[in-house]
Amino acid sequence: MSGSSTPKSLPSSGQKSLHDIKHPLSCSPGAEEVAGVFVVNDTPSPELPHTDPNSIADKDLSLPNGTPADTSSPASSSSLLNRLQLDDDMDGETRDLFVTVDDPKKHVCTMETYITYRIMTKTTRAEFDFPEYSVRRRYQDFDWLKNKLEETQPTHFIPPLPEKFVVKGVVDRFSEEFVETRRRALDKFLKRIADHPVLSFNEHFSVFLTSKDLNSHKKQGATLLSKMGESVRYVTSGHKLRSRPLEFSAIGEYLDMFALKLGTIDRIAQRIIKEEVEYLVELREYGPVYSTWSALEGELSEPLEGVSACVGNCSTALEELTEDMTEDFLPVLREYILYSESMKNVLKKRDQVQAEYEAKVDAAALRREERTGAPTEVEKCQDKVECFNADLKADMERWQNNKRQDFRQLLMGMADKNIQYYEKCLTAWESIIPLLQDKPEPK
Amino acid sequence: MSGEEDHTGLFGAEEEQESLPEMAEEECLLKKMEISVSEAEKRTGKNSVNMQETYTAYLIETRSLENASDGQNSLESLWRRYSEFELLRNYLSVTYSFVVVPPLPEKRAEFVWHKLSADNMDPDFVERRRVGLENFLLRVAAHPVLSHDKLFLAFLTQENGWKEAINEAGLQVKTDSRLKALNATFRVKNPDKRFTELKHYSDELQSVISHLLRVLARVADRLYGVYKVHGNYGRVFSEWSAIEKEMGDGLQSAGHHMDVYAASIDDILEEQEHYADQLKEYLFYAEALRAVCRKHELMQYDLEMSALDLVTKKQQCEELTTGTVRAFSLKGVTNKLFGQETPEQREAKIKVLEEQIEEGEEQLKQRNLESRDFVQKAWQEIERFKEQKNRDLKEALINYAVMQISMCKKGIQVWNNAKECFSKM
Repeated sequence: MSGSSTPKSLPSSGQKSLHDIKHPLSCSPGAEEVAGVFVVNDTPSPELPHTDPNSIADKDLSLPNGTPADTSSPASSSSLLNRLQLDDDMDGETRDLFVTVDDPKKHVCTMETYITYRIMTKTTRAEFDFPEYSVRRRYQDFDWLKNKLEETQPTHFIPPLPEKFVVKGVVDRFSEEFVETRRRALDKFLKRIADHPVLSFNEHFSVFLTSKDLNSHKKQGATLLSKMGESVRYVTSGHKLRSRPLEFSAIGEYLDMFALKLGTIDRIAQRIIKEEVEYLVELREYGPVYSTWSALEGELSEPLEGVSACVGNCSTALEELTEDMTEDFLPVLREYILYSESMKNVLKKRDQVQAEYEAKVDAAALRREERTGAPTEVEKCQDKVECFNADLKADMERWQNNKRQDFRQLLMGMADKNIQYYEKCLTAWESIIPLLQDKPEPK
Repeated sequence: MSGEEDHTGLFGAEEEQESLPEMAEEECLLKKMEISVSEAEKRTGKNSVNMQETYTAYLIETRSLENASDGQNSLESLWRRYSEFELLRNYLSVTYSFVVVPPLPEKRAEFVWHKLSADNMDPDFVERRRVGLENFLLRVAAHPVLSHDKLFLAFLTQENGWKEAINEAGLQVKTDSRLKALNATFRVKNPDKRFTELKHYSDELQSVISHLLRVLARVADRLYGVYKVHGNYGRVFSEWSAIEKEMGDGLQSAGHHMDVYAASIDDILEEQEHYADQLKEYLFYAEALRAVCRKHELMQYDLEMSALDLVTKKQQCEELTTGTVRAFSLKGVTNKLFGQETPEQREAKIKVLEEQIEEGEEQLKQRNLESRDFVQKAWQEIERFKEQKNRDLKEALINYAVMQISMCKKGIQVWNNAKECFSKM
């Protein structure tokens, strides 16, 4: 990161703050703040983390299984433990690592413009020297982490990162909406890792969360290329597996189908939003016509004006609905589509490992005809396959559970948003009935 | 039939009589007779130039309420086609030019959104027109003046000879007066401010309602899209449920609710079409209102022409008697060219002119009376119309709001059902 080496040259990140909330960190000199580690003392800092109104903790849609460390009191380990006991999730896994991504800031340098996000970590794990950390990272750092995880945890499903550019073509990468959507996706990415029983212990992950200088770690990753080369070799070997376990074929088929259906749902959701936006355009024209009419009339003036205002209220409710659906619904679908893609890659790697094993078995079988000897190489390979299979199965189960919860919340959220929309319209229309019945019926 | 109930309820044709005590003594036809257009039938026949044509005939059923006590079944019915309704309406608007004659439903479907067919033979359109024609008859029958017309009664009850009778009534006049009215618009010197304003109002009303109807049709189109696309969730949830274990049932049944949601739009838009029809009636009423204004302009024009004519003649007469000729008048020039008239000739001319002046004065008086009578009747009628309009439109707006409320409630219900399914996933 260029910022970390020459902190002074970096323009104050507060200059183009995307969020106008004042954060304690933003008061400190830019040097420390941008790339440095902010270790929170035990002294209370009441407004420390979550004054952000957009904190996803409020949005039920995007937070199926992550609980942000949103205690406003300093995180003592006892209060954390209390939380843990309350928040036992369905697996009975206890969470002791809480990560949130917030406070995006725009950095304008001579060479480039980019966004950094603040990553807050709270933990009781002994592996960490401090209970709390705060660092700033940019998208390419997340990308580095993802690659490192894929490289070092090849047997696990690595959660997806948001695409580098969400929409092909012109997207304002620095628009508030884009940054917010990305922030949420990054938050989700880290939370999924933090909640994972294996991935959360990955050394690169802790480095990412805590390191003052991530760049020096990044430079060590030179081996990446050679490893990639190795895996490519197996992909191209085209070896037909003799006995791929049925369950993995089933997972592969499931993921294909799942991605296909989600793709369809994504298109439908986008289409609905498009129709709703066009409906909104018409409603915005429709309401004022009643006002125009109202100006012509005497006795009818008030009722017509009432209808006009009512249509206006319904338009506002509709606009909220489309915004909510765009911000909350679509990104989750996208995340799962990407997720299934990355999972398919892991399945492929599993097939490669099995292919490697089968090749060695064949080779050993040939050799055995000549001389007998303990084929330790083969056994090692067999272990590798079995470990892979076990990890994959466990991850799949985890993923299925997460997916079920996520979609339950997502779809319930969709229903809720629609219910709220109709309730707002209902209130609007009910409220004008008395206005229309200006002559109270004698009863 | 539910349509009929709606109809009287919405348009308040009967209630109108009850709610206005001053009209109670004025027995309109609707007090003595039940009227309905109960059926529509497609027919094929030959027209005047012997061409094959297809048209729709409407069954008008009437039952006299006066003989009801005798236990006699006085139900009568006859078929009329749209063009005959048109003829009736033309006759009424010519005969009762001061009346804001109730409009007919549209001949061709206008302001349609994509799902509705613009075909004249489309069953939905025919049905809506049937309701509209019945409404027209009820409005005429409830009208304090129109309901007493003999030819209107004949239209309802006399199968044969009605057309001949109405032709005798001199519809020819109508076309003439229409043409004259067109010219008069630009020539009236002293237009009545009230009528000018009314005409202006009619124009504005027509433009605002047609704008409203256009946007309403687009709103309907979009709403239809929003609902129908949700139906795709139904299919994809069902397909998706096939590959899921625990989530499967919830998805499957939620998909069913999405289908229900998508299907519910058809009824909603059908109801909205009823609202559109009520607006359309007033769109066409605006035209009827303008016809009254035009008629007034025509009368005013005639009045002014008579007055002008009289002034000219009086001037001529004066010139002849006093012998003074105005400079530069054509008369003066011809006199100079062709020599003076003999005193006898002059006397004769003066006499003719004096007679004409007398006639003219009589005519002017007559026209003044007619005009005053027209203005008085027309304003009474317009006041009546305004009340009717305010009442009708308020009711239409209430019904529209009620319709929206029920749509919202349906929406809440469907989404609650879907949410219940999702929560079980």
